[in-house]
Amino acid sequence: MALLLKNGRLVDPVVGLDEVADIIIRDGVIVEIGHDLSIAKGETLDISEKVVLPGLVDVHTHLREPGREDKETVASGTAAAAHGGFTAVCAMPNTSPICDSGSKVRFLVERAAEEGRVRVYPIGAITKGQEGTALAEIGDMAAEGAVAFSDDGRGIQSGGMTRIAMDYLRAFDKPLIAHCEDESLVGHGVVNEGVISTRMGMPGWPSAAEEVMVARDIRLAELTGARLHLAHLSTAGSVALVREAKARGVSVTCEVTPHHLFLDEDVVIGYDTNLKMNPPLRTSEDRAALVEALLDGTVDCIATDHAPHAAHEKELEFELAPFGTTGLETALSLVNTHLVATEKLTWADVVRVMCHGPRTALGLPGVRLEAGQVADITIVDPEARVEVTREWFASKSRNSAFLGHKLLGKASEVLVGGYFALKNGKVVAR
Amino acid sequence: MLSCKHIMTVDDMSTEDITKILDTADSFTEVNERRIKKLPTLRGRTVVNLFLEPSTRTRMSFEIAAKRLSADGINFTASSSATVKGESLRDTAKTLSAMACDLVVVRHKYAGAPQILTECMDAHIVNGGDGVHEHPTQALLDLFTMRRTLGKLEGLRVGIVGDICHSRVAGSLVPALRKVGATPVVIGPPTLMPARPDVLGAEVIYSLDEALPTLDVAYMLRVQFERADAMPIPSNREYAKLYGMNAARLAAAKPEMIVMHPGPMNRGVEISSDVADSPRCVVLDQVNAGVAVRMAVMFLLLGGEGGGAAA
Repeated sequence: MALLLKNGRLVDPVVGLDEVADIIIRDGVIVEIGHDLSIAKGETLDISEKVVLPGLVDVHTHLREPGREDKETVASGTAAAAHGGFTAVCAMPNTSPICDSGSKVRFLVERAAEEGRVRVYPIGAITKGQEGTALAEIGDMAAEGAVAFSDDGRGIQSGGMTRIAMDYLRAFDKPLIAHCEDESLVGHGVVNEGVISTRMGMPGWPSAAEEVMVARDIRLAELTGARLHLAHLSTAGSVALVREAKARGVSVTCEVTPHHLFLDEDVVIGYDTNLKMNPPLRTSEDRAALVEALLDGTVDCIATDHAPHAAHEKELEFELAPFGTTGLETALSLVNTHLVATEKLTWADVVRVMCHGPRTALGLPGVRLEAGQVADITIVDPEARVEVTREWFASKSRNSAFLGHKLLGKASEVLVGGYFALKNGKVVAR
Repeated sequence: MLSCKHIMTVDDMSTEDITKILDTADSFTEVNERRIKKLPTLRGRTVVNLFLEPSTRTRMSFEIAAKRLSADGINFTASSSATVKGESLRDTAKTLSAMACDLVVVRHKYAGAPQILTECMDAHIVNGGDGVHEHPTQALLDLFTMRRTLGKLEGLRVGIVGDICHSRVAGSLVPALRKVGATPVVIGPPTLMPARPDVLGAEVIYSLDEALPTLDVAYMLRVQFERADAMPIPSNREYAKLYGMNAARLAAAKPEMIVMHPGPMNRGVEISSDVADSPRCVVLDQVNAGVAVRMAVMFLLLGGEGGGAAA
């Protein structure tokens, strides 16, 4: 079965590619890239005016299966990923039960093989039950396919426990993904501490509660030599700490989310619970610092922290509603609208922060637009118009922070191992 | 009539709205002194007191206000069966809306609850206190009491003393004072201050003794902390010593300075008994003003015809 993609603009900085060319894919593998190519039989797709990227990956997705299949499943979450232009997602372990053993990792691997529209890389819990007190069976989970380890959703409060986890992880060369939140400083905080917490009369979640944990974990990574990846950084202080650590040669990578890049705390004033996140939306100065850190290479990846929630949970009072926004389906469109169309980022930069950067940070299999490589490919129509409505999503949940936004550009096709997961903008059934 | 449909925060009201409410309340005060304390003004209108957090004085004050205007008043409290059965605030609001009520007073443990009600129903919404956010009718009755006692509002320097960050009273009183040309000063230890008191527009002073000589009003907030790991004050004893109003402090203040308190008071902590019982403490005037001010709010929001109280 052959597929010829004609006249797309191919962009992959790793192989020095940015030109209009054709690609031939056969048996799930890129077999030729060149000009005026043709195939004897098979399917030809003219993708003039579209941009072809090596497959984008989201390293921070909550698939909710097992346990909260009403919010999302492996099937619906990976459909949402395909809809948003991702060829792979990394699934966070804070499901119910928590993914903290080899058999639970295997469940996810098998479920993804049965029902996944895109690739799923499991992330295992660092501590049993994510309780922060005893190591989970990391070796067993690594053997079953866990690519990284995280107590995301809480973070490990004890520095001593974190140090043990980092030391142990070195044996497997797997990264520790840190959710940086000092619970004793956050308390019941639900919005950024400062102007917005004062105005809204709600408990504040101070920047320092993230930054002290970022500083602690960077020092512990230096002490242990472990690979540290910092999840969803939200403050100017956090990215400054990472910039300084990288300059010293510390093995640290980090991610920022689209909502922290493109929204600031001012939008929260109407008590819309879709804007309640952990960490919370920060000030416009923080937001500007995150964008700057993305542009100067301090930030390795954009990750969505896709956090689907049931409507009845998000319709509660602000302080009672769960934290999180969905993100898989809006991320690429937001990046195009706010960074590429405004010429702050090139498509090569997008590949850096949404493909190669995250793959390197988590040690995932690489993908390249090159003959002999697996055909995991994202094709973007940069002129497509998107209006984010409740009906537009493939996810089971609708709790998007960007409802009502009008965006520019959208993935039109996604190929995973040479198969279409998305075609003409529509998710392809398995 | 007011320029706003709801009173969720002090910012919903213009300065003219505030003046109109206080003036209208002035005329209702006279009604409250009559033997027959009842006007037919809101006959046939339905006022619901949706009190999802325990409250005695505020609920009673609204209830009496509604009765004196002849409105049909319904009480819905946290122990009412719907909330006990786990009904969401939105569903409660939609249920009340379907019963066609005209005005809902809401007291709720969490900030933003009045906003949810406005999204789910057509009635006028009055915030009777949402979390530690705002309590606008308390601010109105406080302004009313200050104006009656001191003869003016403009230029007054009002010290609000105590747990500013956990006080919905302060959350409304600070912006209300600014709207009428008075100067709010928040006084307390930094552990009891909101993250950014400057955005509310209040001056911040950590020492009561330093601020005291310049104040026209000392507004003492209720202080009550459960024993917890991170207590914001070392002890009630030290708090009383540093921030409590007592006879010695009263003597050091301007002779015309009045002492206010939103109630209920912790005698011996933020206010000593002798001060609480002194004529310079206007706590009961505040309670009395509460009924007239709430009558004015209901009357003006529901567009009561006929010129109000004096009619």
